Amino acid sequence: MSALRRWLVSAFVLLVGRGRRPARVQRAERIVPLEPPSPRAELLVLALFGAASTCAVGFVVVYAVESIPHQTQFLGLSLGLAFAFLAAALVLIAYRLVVTEELEEDYPPPAHPAEQEALEQLVEESGDRMTRKRLLLLGGGAAGAAIGAALITPALSLGPIFEVAPFYRTPWRPGVRLVDERGRPLRADEILEETFYTAYPEGADREELGSPLVVVRLQPAELHLPPGRDGWAPDGIVAYSKICTHAACAIALYRKPTFPAVEERPALVCPCHYSTFDPARGGKVLFGPAGRPLPQLPLEVRSGGELRAGGNFSGPIGPSWWGVRNRSAS
Amino acid sequence: MVGGPQPERIVIRGLVRYVDERSGGASFLRKALRYVFPDHWSFLLGEVALYSFVVLVGTGIYLTFFFDPSTASTYYHGEYQPLHGAEMSQAYRSVVDISFKVKAGLLMRQTHHWAADVFLVAIALHVFRIFFTGAFRKPRDLTYFVGLSMLVFALLEGYLGYSLADDLLSGMGLAIGYSVLMSVPVVGANLAELVWGGPFPGTPAFWSRMYVAHVFLLPILIATLIGLHLVLVAARHHTQFGGPRRTERKVVGIPTFPGYAPRTLGLLSAVTAVLFLLGGLVQINPIWLWGPYHVADATNGAQPDWYLGWLIGALRLVPSFDVTIGRYTLIPNPFWGGALFPMLVFGFLFVWPWVERRFTGDYAFHNLLDRPRDAPWRTAIGAAVVTWVGLVFVAGSADRFFVTFFVSYGWQIWFYRVAVWVVPVLVLLVTRRVCLELQAGERVERERKLAEAEARRAAEASP
Repeated sequence: MSALRRWLVSAFVLLVGRGRRPARVQRAERIVPLEPPSPRAELLVLALFGAASTCAVGFVVVYAVESIPHQTQFLGLSLGLAFAFLAAALVLIAYRLVVTEELEEDYPPPAHPAEQEALEQLVEESGDRMTRKRLLLLGGGAAGAAIGAALITPALSLGPIFEVAPFYRTPWRPGVRLVDERGRPLRADEILEETFYTAYPEGADREELGSPLVVVRLQPAELHLPPGRDGWAPDGIVAYSKICTHAACAIALYRKPTFPAVEERPALVCPCHYSTFDPARGGKVLFGPAGRPLPQLPLEVRSGGELRAGGNFSGPIGPSWWGVRNRSAS
Repeated sequence: MVGGPQPERIVIRGLVRYVDERSGGASFLRKALRYVFPDHWSFLLGEVALYSFVVLVGTGIYLTFFFDPSTASTYYHGEYQPLHGAEMSQAYRSVVDISFKVKAGLLMRQTHHWAADVFLVAIALHVFRIFFTGAFRKPRDLTYFVGLSMLVFALLEGYLGYSLADDLLSGMGLAIGYSVLMSVPVVGANLAELVWGGPFPGTPAFWSRMYVAHVFLLPILIATLIGLHLVLVAARHHTQFGGPRRTERKVVGIPTFPGYAPRTLGLLSAVTAVLFLLGGLVQINPIWLWGPYHVADATNGAQPDWYLGWLIGALRLVPSFDVTIGRYTLIPNPFWGGALFPMLVFGFLFVWPWVERRFTGDYAFHNLLDRPRDAPWRTAIGAAVVTWVGLVFVAGSADRFFVTFFVSYGWQIWFYRVAVWVVPVLVLLVTRRVCLELQAGERVERERKLAEAEARRAAEASP
C-alpha cells in the first residue's frame, strides 16, 4: 500500500511540477538559439521510447520462450519494430525538440598557395646535400621494386602457377567403367531415349571437372558425328563431358522431347547461360555463348553390356583459357 | 528556487573537461559539432550505404561464431528432415545449422543477406546521384574515386559472401567466377590456378582463402576506404544545390549538433529497422532448398544476387565466339561478358571526370551541384550508359521472363543483342533534347518574369 502511495506522489510531483524547473543559467551569449518548448512532442517521444523498449523486451521474450512458434518472424518483427520506434523518436526529436537552425559557413579555401610553396621548398631543399639525385632515386627505386618482388614471391605457394597440364587431365582411360550416382555400373540396355543420365568413372574422384558425363541415347540414324568418331556411339548411346565449355556449370538440362514448332533438335543445355549443344553432331554449339563444342567421350559396350570408356575425350574439358590446345585430353 | 548548478550541467562539464584535458580536442569538437550539412534527400543515399555496412558488420560477426569454412565432407543428420543423409561440406552443414539450429541464427543470416543487397542498392543510387549532379568534379574527384573503388570491393565481398555457403547456387557462381578468371588473356589460367590452388573446384585451402577475404581482408579494406571517403568529404565540405545564400563560397545547412545528429541517428535506426524486418519476415536465399553443391549438379532458373545480374546478363548475351588461332583458343568467351564488360563500365566511371574536364575545359572548383539538365551531354551520356547496363541486366532475367510469359528465350536474346546497342543511342539523343528543352523553358520563363516586372514598373511610373 505504501508503495502505491509513493508511486502516486511521484506521479503527482512529475505532472504538477512540470515546467517548474530551476531558472536556466544565463550566459553572455547563446550559441544555439532559444525556441519555445513543445510538451506534446516530448510526450510523443516518450511514448515512442516506451514502444521501442516494449518491442525490445518482446524480442528477449520471444527468444527465451521456446514454445512461441515462428521464431524468426517474431524475432525480426520485434527487433525491427524496436528500431522503427527508435527511428521515429529520433526523427521527432530532430524536427520538434531540438533547435532547427540553418547555419551559413564558408567553404574551406580551395588551396593554400603559401603552404604549397613552403612544402615544395622543404622537399627540394632537403635533398640539397645529394649531388647525384637521379642516380640515388633510381637506386632506391630499384631496391624498393626488388624488395617488393621478394615479398610477393611467397604468394606463389598458393598454387601451382605455371603448370597447365592439370587442366587437361581427366580420369577417363580406355576400359574405365561408367557408374551412376550410387556407384552402380551403367549398362547399355538401361539407357533409354528421351532422358539423360549422369555417369562417373568408376573409382575416381567425382568432384573433378573431368569426371562427370552426360549420357543420352539417340536413334543411330540421327547421328552425324564428326569424322574420326566411328564407333564412339554404340547403339546410338553418346557420352559428353557434363561440364559446360563456357563457364564450367553442369549441363543439367536435356531438351527432349522437343517442341518441334520452335526447336526441332534434341539438345543438351547448360542452365547457367543457356549454352546449347547438339548431342547428335559431336556436341556442336547450337545456341548460347559457349565458344567450342562439348568434348565427347568414346564409348564401348563389352560383354555383359556394361558401358566403358573407349578412350579419352575429343578435346579439353571445362572452360577454355589462353592457349588451350583443342586436342584429345590426356 | 535556484540551488547549485543542475546535475546535467555537472555531467556535461565533467565530460567536456575530461575529453579536452586528455585529448586537446575541444576546439576540433566545437567545429565538428557545428559542421554544416546541406539538406537534400538524395544526400542520404550514402548514409544508407554506411548504415547498411554497420548492420553487415554486426550480423556478420555473429555469423562467424557459427560458420565453419571447411570443405570436409559430412553426412547431414540435423533438424531439417529433407536433407537427411545427404553428403555435404562442413561449410554447407554449418549454414543449414545456423538456419535451423542456432536461435536467431536465421534472422541474423537473412538480415546479413538483405543488408548486403541494400548496401549495394544504396551505393549504386549514390553513384547515380554523384554522377548526374556533377558532384565528382574538382575538388571531390578523389572522393569519387575512393567511392568507386569501394563499389568494386563491395561487389567482390558480396560475391564471396554467398559463395561461402557452399550450396548449389554458390558452387555454380564459383564455377562461373573461375571460368571468367580463366578467360583472362595470357595469365588467366595461372591466376585461377593460384587462387583456387589447382583446377576447379580447387583445394580445401581455397575455402579458408575465401573466408579470410570475406570476413577480414575486404571488410577492413572497405572500412578503411569508408574512413578515407568521409575524411575527404568533411575536408572539402558537402556540395549543395544552388539557392538563396547558397553559393560557391558559402554552404548553408543544419549543424551536426543538435540539428543533424538525431536525424542521422534516426536514419541509422530506420535502416536497421527495415533490415531486421526484411530479415525476419521476407525469406532470402533458402539454401536448404538448393541443396549442397557438386560439380555435376546445376539447377535451372538460377539467378545471382541482384548486383551481379548485369554480369550474368552479359555472359548470356554474348554470341558463341572465341578468339582462336588454328587449334588454339586465345580469348575464351566468358572474357567478353564477365571481364571486359565490367571493366568497360568501371573504366567509364573512373575516366569520366577527366574526359569531362578535357572536353568542357572546365578545370574550376565546384561546390554547387548541377541539376541534370544543366549539363545535357553528361546527363545524356550517363543515361545512355545506364540504359546499356540496364538492358544487359534485364537480359539476365530472360529465362524467368520465358517461364512467366512464354516468350521464346532465343528470340529474347536476339532482341537484346540488338537492343543493347540501339536503345542507348536513342536514349542519348532523347535525353539531350529533353535537357535542352527544359533549359529553354526556364529561359523563356525567366524572360517572361523580367518583362512582367518591367511592365509593372512602367505602369507604376506613369499613373
